[in-house]
Amino acid sequence: MNAVYILWLRQLKRYVRSRARMIASLGQPLLFLLALGFGLGPIFQKAGQGNYLQFLAPGVIAMSILFTAVFSGIELIWDRQFGFLKETLVAPVPRLTIMIGRTLGGATVAVLQGLIVVLICLAAGFRPAGVAGLPIALVFMVLVGVMFTALGTAIASLLSDFQGFQLVMNFLVMPIFFLSGALFPLSDAPRPLQWIATVDPLSYGVDGLRGALNGSATHFGTAIDLAVLAAVTAVLVAIGSYLFSKIQL
Amino acid sequence: MIRVQNLVKNFGDFPAVRDISFEVKEGEIFAFLGPNGAGKTTTIKMLTTLLTPTSGKVELDGLDPTGQQNEARRRFGIVFQDPSVDDELTAYENMDFHGVLYKVPRKLRAERIEWLLKLFELWDRRNDPVKQFSGGMRRRLEIARGLLHTPKILFLDEPTLGLDPQTRNQLWTHVKRLNEEERVTVFLTTHYMEEADRVAHRIAIIDHGRIVAQGTSAELKAQTGAETLEQAFLALTGATIRDEDASNVDRMRAMSRMWRRRT
Repeated sequence: MNAVYILWLRQLKRYVRSRARMIASLGQPLLFLLALGFGLGPIFQKAGQGNYLQFLAPGVIAMSILFTAVFSGIELIWDRQFGFLKETLVAPVPRLTIMIGRTLGGATVAVLQGLIVVLICLAAGFRPAGVAGLPIALVFMVLVGVMFTALGTAIASLLSDFQGFQLVMNFLVMPIFFLSGALFPLSDAPRPLQWIATVDPLSYGVDGLRGALNGSATHFGTAIDLAVLAAVTAVLVAIGSYLFSKIQL
Repeated sequence: MIRVQNLVKNFGDFPAVRDISFEVKEGEIFAFLGPNGAGKTTTIKMLTTLLTPTSGKVELDGLDPTGQQNEARRRFGIVFQDPSVDDELTAYENMDFHGVLYKVPRKLRAERIEWLLKLFELWDRRNDPVKQFSGGMRRRLEIARGLLHTPKILFLDEPTLGLDPQTRNQLWTHVKRLNEEERVTVFLTTHYMEEADRVAHRIAIIDHGRIVAQGTSAELKAQTGAETLEQAFLALTGATIRDEDASNVDRMRAMSRMWRRRT
């Protein structure tokens, strides 16, 4: 238990201390809000879909959690290359404990980053429908955080250096984001796009988060969103743990 | 304290360690010498549960590191060839992290951290992030950390690589003192023959994955008719130079330097 705590604490300390990284990673969501939110807003309105910023904000929040979480998981490569991983692997602590501590730490960092983006959205003019939805929104944020930290860890366990990192970003993380319905309403999208969104786990995160924050109708239904996210998270944590336990230095 | 019997490790077709056997007694300082790529680090990794041997038997304080992993891990401390501290954390936090992972009780942990950091002359810098430390300070911190949980065995894999003579000298003085005062068994590898000559009670020379000679420094010199340990080493392992490929770590370091400049 203490081991999980100290591993979690380490991730948090690293996050709080690298302010440059924290600020740099806020640039992207800000850009999406400004360029898309304000740029496409009038057209969205004319098409009869309402306020685009209101629609987009949950998507941007989910995006920042996705990116931060995957990156937290991928940081494992960093630890491996700079040797700190060895320090944890020779310690008399089961690998599963290390994996759990790392994942919780990465997820916490991702959710914190998501909360900062919530504040930015509020500043930009986003207004949640009410306070009742906020706890549910937090549940979705945590699930998305844990799920993608585990995914990042699983990937990082297979890579020995950063050569493959761009590949992962461009062919996995970016599609997960762009095809999730974070930027456009799924119900009006062409069929093939809808099918793809159905197998993209982030779609359920965005959908649930949007329902909770905006009080609007969801595409899949909140219960299904929760069930799918929980199931995929469990599977990814299991795969991540397995791959992590197989690391040999 | 350490007993190795017919240990073998193959990476694919490549035999990194071929059938080595040796024994290290309690309280002994044992030096493992060999040219680059001879199998030193691979052997240490197998002794410290990071690699599973292809075949053979290892015993640490009577425990089998593959079967009783966590029990065995509590028995040793290790200083790796490459740095393994967290740069973003302070010296104290690195120590504390280690202490918690090794389940050192809180009060004892604080006491031992203070004692070790003072011993290695790092106490005044305990609240500075490690990224501000020099190579010598990092090394000292790693050794202090490796001793925090009062291990019976201390593994040192080329601990003095890249350090200046003053720091090297001081480091070995500390290690000798700990060996005498805490009765820690020390297993070390180094490329500096005069260091091994000075601190080690017994020496094994490994080349191409095989132990080619072992004994005290005097025995090795006598065996080869050499005057210094370095001459004995060269007589036993030949004068050809072994090249190692640039590792991933070297490439990563270059990349991280570029990265830091940008942010």
